[in-house]
Amino acid sequence: MSEKKASSSLSQRIRRIVIDQSKRAGAGHIGSALSIVDIVAAMYADVLRIASPDDPDRDRFILSKGHAALAVYAALFLRGWVPQEQLDTYCGDDTLLGTHPEHALKGVDFSTGSLGHGLSIGAGSALAARSLRSPRRVFVLLSDAECNEGSVWEAAMFAAHHRLSNLVAIIDLNGQQALGYTKQVMNLSPMAARWLAFGWDVMEVDGHDVAAITGAVGRFDTASGPPHLLIANTVFGKGVSYMEGQIKWHYWPMSDEEYTRALDEIVSAP
Amino acid sequence: MRGAFIRTLVELAEQDPRILLLTADLGYMAVEPFAEKFPDRFFNVGVAEQNMIGVATGLAEAGYIPFTYSIVTFAALRSYEFIRNGPIVHQLPVRIVGVGGGFEYGTNGITHYGLDDVGVLAVQPGVTVIAPADHLQTKTALKATWDMPGPVYYRLGKDDKTVVPGLDGRFELRCVQCIRETGSVLMLAMGGVSTEVIAAADLLAEQGIPCAVGVVASMRPPPVDDLAEMLQRYDAVITVEAHYSSGGLGSLVAEVIAEGGLRCRLIRRAVKRLPGGVSGSQDFMYRTHGLSRQALAEVVLQAIEPDMQTSIAD
Repeated sequence: MSEKKASSSLSQRIRRIVIDQSKRAGAGHIGSALSIVDIVAAMYADVLRIASPDDPDRDRFILSKGHAALAVYAALFLRGWVPQEQLDTYCGDDTLLGTHPEHALKGVDFSTGSLGHGLSIGAGSALAARSLRSPRRVFVLLSDAECNEGSVWEAAMFAAHHRLSNLVAIIDLNGQQALGYTKQVMNLSPMAARWLAFGWDVMEVDGHDVAAITGAVGRFDTASGPPHLLIANTVFGKGVSYMEGQIKWHYWPMSDEEYTRALDEIVSAP
Repeated sequence: MRGAFIRTLVELAEQDPRILLLTADLGYMAVEPFAEKFPDRFFNVGVAEQNMIGVATGLAEAGYIPFTYSIVTFAALRSYEFIRNGPIVHQLPVRIVGVGGGFEYGTNGITHYGLDDVGVLAVQPGVTVIAPADHLQTKTALKATWDMPGPVYYRLGKDDKTVVPGLDGRFELRCVQCIRETGSVLMLAMGGVSTEVIAAADLLAEQGIPCAVGVVASMRPPPVDDLAEMLQRYDAVITVEAHYSSGGLGSLVAEVIAEGGLRCRLIRRAVKRLPGGVSGSQDFMYRTHGLSRQALAEVVLQAIEPDMQTSIAD
């Protein structure tokens, strides 16, 4: 239970950074970043085996939904790989911390931002690990709407065909996309059945329960069998009540008053 | 060229275990020597070019040198954004091998014509673009570039027999391969259409008209110094390519002339319009788009003597 508590607090620290940096930079994509905070916390607290960002045998983490990069920057900061003064350049001039992640930043394995790209890179990375007999595993975090992209399914076919058991995809299933709800824009239901039909091992969890995410990943057999999908059921904008489930917070920046409210909610959260 | 390419790749792969070959389900009677020799290093990824490039990106980041193989349009165009955001942005040694530059896929029609591949890739910084003229140059070019640190695009042909006389398989990055130097007009060629260019020069030679000929296979990095030096020696240059007229050799030469303030007149011979649904053999398409040896010889005559009645029989 102490582990759960530590990770929960990591989530809240990430949320605080997301809110602070978004406000300082006047940037949007806040709801998308808040949606993956607990997944990112699980990854960087317990799941990813990364002795150092330069270790060739480290686990790879690909944020295929690159527009939520701020949550990952916060985790990299909390792991000590990104210093405070660099974190504070988020969305400024001459920064490596733009809205979408750049591999030039220590701790970012691949530059992303074009949806539908990450899973095929991850499949290649996982295939390479197997060929090299490397223990590294590959984690790819996608958005649900990203599955509109046909290339996701090309990669899904490939990974299942080659039984890339060391590949773990996580879908941040918040039911929203840029201009609307996924059920209205492009229905993705039933998500689990689709991936099962493609030959993946599928598990579903509460995407805001860090211990559940960590536990589910721990139950995946990453040494043999098919590739794995963790469907993380999430709430867009999680942790800031007025952002939760609201389309406008895909792009919208906060006013001073909204920032104060968001901060109050995050600081007072358990 | 593709046969020579795969044979050379097998030789290189024997020496370097980092070399892999991926195909998007193309290369029948071409990729087999590699597949049979290195079954664990050969992957048919299915008909999915975007994924092929994405997978190759992941493999390259882990230290491999993956060669990805398909027809020019599918290799370069379908997967274009994956090439840009993957191997180019990350500067990884992914190789993109496109077969069928120009009209080589003849009756297969526009979906199979490689008329824009060099242009779209050459606009990207950080990618090497190689368009060999024949199978001998293909072999030399591959040996010179296979282990470069960043991505390389190879624009190949299917023809493994025809040789560009006088080229002798020469290739160097950033260089023009000069085949003939005499004459007041220079013809510069890119890719397999070089054989038509040499044939045009032969037709003119039969009439006692010398014409200089050079081959440009290193499109990126471009042979800027060679071009600037050569173009000063001729009154006119005719660029010839089975490629749309923008973005290829003609555009490159235009840039060199303009930026160097050179006085050499430029005539671009390229594909200037959509094929409009019409297909046929490569020779037919060359004739249709003014790339046949006869048409090219006429262009040279016009460049030398604009008022002269031309007399090269078709």
